[in-house]
Amino acid sequence: MQPPTYEPWSPERAVEIIALHADREGALLPILHALQHAFGHVPDAAVPLLAGALNLSRADVHGVVSFYHDYRRAPASGKVLKLCQAEACQARGVGQVTKEVEAALGSKIGGPSADGRVTFEAVYCLGLCASGPAAMLDGRLIGRISPDRVAELVREARA
Amino acid sequence: MKVFVPRDAAAIAVGADEVAAALVREAQKAGVEIRLVRNGSRGMFELEPLVEVETPEGRVGYARLAASDIPALVAAGMLDGKPHETCVGVVEDLPFLKAQTRLTFARCGITDPIDLEDYAEHDGYKGLAAALALGPAGIVDAVTKSGLRGRGGAGFPTGIKWKTVADAKADRKFIVCNADEGDSGTFADRMVMEGDPFMLIEGMTIAGIAVGATKGYIYCRSEYPHSIVALNKAIASAKRAGLLGDNILDTPFSFDLEVREGAGAYVCGEETALLDSIEGKRGVVRAKPPLPAHVGLFGKPTVINNVLSLAAIPFIMDKGSQAYADYGMGRSRGTMPIQLAGNIKNGGLFEVAFGVTLGELVNEIGGGTLSGRPVRAVQVGGPLGAYFPPSLFDTPFDYEAFAAKDGLIGHGGVVVFDDTVDMLGMARFAMEFCAIESCGKCTPCRIGSTRGVETIDKLRAGEAPQLQREILADLCDTMKFGSLCALGGFTPYPVMSAMTHFPEDFAAAERTLAPAE
Repeated sequence: MQPPTYEPWSPERAVEIIALHADREGALLPILHALQHAFGHVPDAAVPLLAGALNLSRADVHGVVSFYHDYRRAPASGKVLKLCQAEACQARGVGQVTKEVEAALGSKIGGPSADGRVTFEAVYCLGLCASGPAAMLDGRLIGRISPDRVAELVREARA
Repeated sequence: MKVFVPRDAAAIAVGADEVAAALVREAQKAGVEIRLVRNGSRGMFELEPLVEVETPEGRVGYARLAASDIPALVAAGMLDGKPHETCVGVVEDLPFLKAQTRLTFARCGITDPIDLEDYAEHDGYKGLAAALALGPAGIVDAVTKSGLRGRGGAGFPTGIKWKTVADAKADRKFIVCNADEGDSGTFADRMVMEGDPFMLIEGMTIAGIAVGATKGYIYCRSEYPHSIVALNKAIASAKRAGLLGDNILDTPFSFDLEVREGAGAYVCGEETALLDSIEGKRGVVRAKPPLPAHVGLFGKPTVINNVLSLAAIPFIMDKGSQAYADYGMGRSRGTMPIQLAGNIKNGGLFEVAFGVTLGELVNEIGGGTLSGRPVRAVQVGGPLGAYFPPSLFDTPFDYEAFAAKDGLIGHGGVVVFDDTVDMLGMARFAMEFCAIESCGKCTPCRIGSTRGVETIDKLRAGEAPQLQREILADLCDTMKFGSLCALGGFTPYPVMSAMTHFPEDFAAAERTLAPAE
C-alpha cells in the first residue's frame, strides 16, 4: 500500500468525482470513499453537492457521513497511526503498547499528537489476531509491535 | 525454480514484501533464475514471513525471515532447499498442517491466488461445472443435503435460505457476501479473499445460478485493503475468461460481481445493516420479518451468506454433499476453519471437522499461551462470544454444544488470554465496544451498553457491589431479550460468562474492603 497523497479540496473536482459514480446503485458510500481518497476527508461543503447529485436530503447525506467511523470531516493531522484495541490484541499486550505510544506522542489515543505530526487512533481489528499487537500506519500494516518496538514505530509515524 | 512468499496481510505486516524484494535482488546477484509466487498464507502466523522453495522433496520452508537475512540465506543455499537454522523442512509435513482437514483451505498457501490457470489446475471451477450439470433445483438440494450451516455465526441452514430465495418471485434477485469480518480473533474470511479469491467467486456464481440471481456484491470491510485488491484482480480475471458476466461459459446463466468497501462500522456485519450500507444508507439494523430472503437488497429477494459459507460451495458441488456431510458431529456437518488467536503459541488457521474440543485446540494444537503463563480464559466467537474457563475445555466445537454451555462458536474465532487478564475489564470492554458500535436503533443496545459501562465502573469503585452485580445481570437480561440484533443481544454473553466463571474478578472491591472491618 502506497502512502496516501491528497489534493486540496475543490468543489469542481468533487463534482467530477461524484459524477463518476453517481449512476451506480447505492452510490453514496463508493462516492464518499472516492472523495476521502482524493481529499483525505469529506468536508461539510461536499454534503450539498452529494445531496443534489443523488436526490437525497442534506440530512440524509450528513447522517451517512457521520455514521461511519472511516469518514473524516476534517483532514487528519499528519500521518494516521491506527492501533488495534480489540480483544486479541489486548491478549497480546496492546494495553502496554498503547500507553507507551501515548507517552511518546504526548497525547491520548483518539486525536492528534502534541506536535501535530501524528493522528493516533483506535481501530477494532485488522484481522491480524495471531500477529498482534497490530497497527496501520497510513494504510501500511505493521504486526508484532512489542513495547521495545514502540520507539521505532513512533519515529516512522513522525517521519 | 519457484519461490513462494505470501501476499497475505499477516505476512505483509511482518515484512513479507521486503523479503520478496530482497529475494529477487539476491537471486539476481547470485545468477539464479527464480519465479516468485506471492501465495496465500498457510495460516501459521508465528512462522511468517514463511518463504517456501520448491525442491524435488517438496516445498521447503524458511520461517520468520527478515529482508536482512536473505543475502546470507541465499549464500547458504536456500534456493536449493539446503538446511539452515530458519528452515522448518517440508512445509506440508509440519504437524500443524498435517492435523487439519482442509476442504475450504485446500488451496490456500499453495497456489497463486490471482492466477486463474493455477486455480483451474487445483480443482478450480470443477464445482461450477458440476453445478451446471445439476441445474438450479439440484444445486439447492445438494447444498441442503450437505448440512452446511451459515458460517457467519448464526448457523442457519444454507440450503433452506437458498430455497427460500429460489422460490421467491421477483424481477431481480441478489447474492450478497458478508465479508465484514469485524470479530476480533477472526481472519478466515480475509485469508480466503487474499489466498483463494476465485473459490469465493465460484461459490457466489453457483449461488446465483441456484436461486436465479444475476448480480452479486461482496461487502468487504475497509480494514482489509489487501483483500479488496485481490478480489478486484480475481473478478477482472474471471470476467475476461467468461466466468462472470453475461452467459457464463455460453450457458443461459448470467452473473456479475462487484466489491463494495465498508467504512469502519462493526454493526454492518449484521446482515440487514450490511444491506442498508450497500444501499448507501447508515448501517442501521432492520426489523425482521421480512427476511432478506424475501425483501433484501434494494427490496429484492437476497441470499446473504458469510464468505466461508459461500467458499464451501465449490467443494460440495465437486465432491458431493455426502463427502462434506461425512465430516462433523450432530447437526454441525462438515469442517470449520477455526482461528486461533490472541495469546497463543501456534496461532493461525486450523480447519478441522466439528467435534474437536476447546482444550485440544488451545493446549495441544495451539500449544498454550505465547507468554508461557497459564491459560485463564478463552473467548470463543468474537466480541459477542462467551469467555470459557479451562474447566470447560472438554466442550466440543459444535453449535449446539457451545449453546448448551451458554456460549457460541460464532465465526470460529478463539482468543486466548493468560492469567494476567482482568475479567472485569474484559466485561467492561464488551459493553464499551457495544456502546461505540451500536447503530442506535433499539434502546436496550444503545442505552443498555452505556449503562453497562457505568455499572461496571461503580462495581470497580466498590460502590454497593452486590447491587451493581444484580443490576448488571438484569441489564444483560434486558439486552439479550430486548435487542433487535446480535450486537445488543449477544453482548451479554461475554459479560455474563465473565461474571459467572470468574466471580473473583467481580468481587475485588468487596475483597479489598474486608480487612478494614
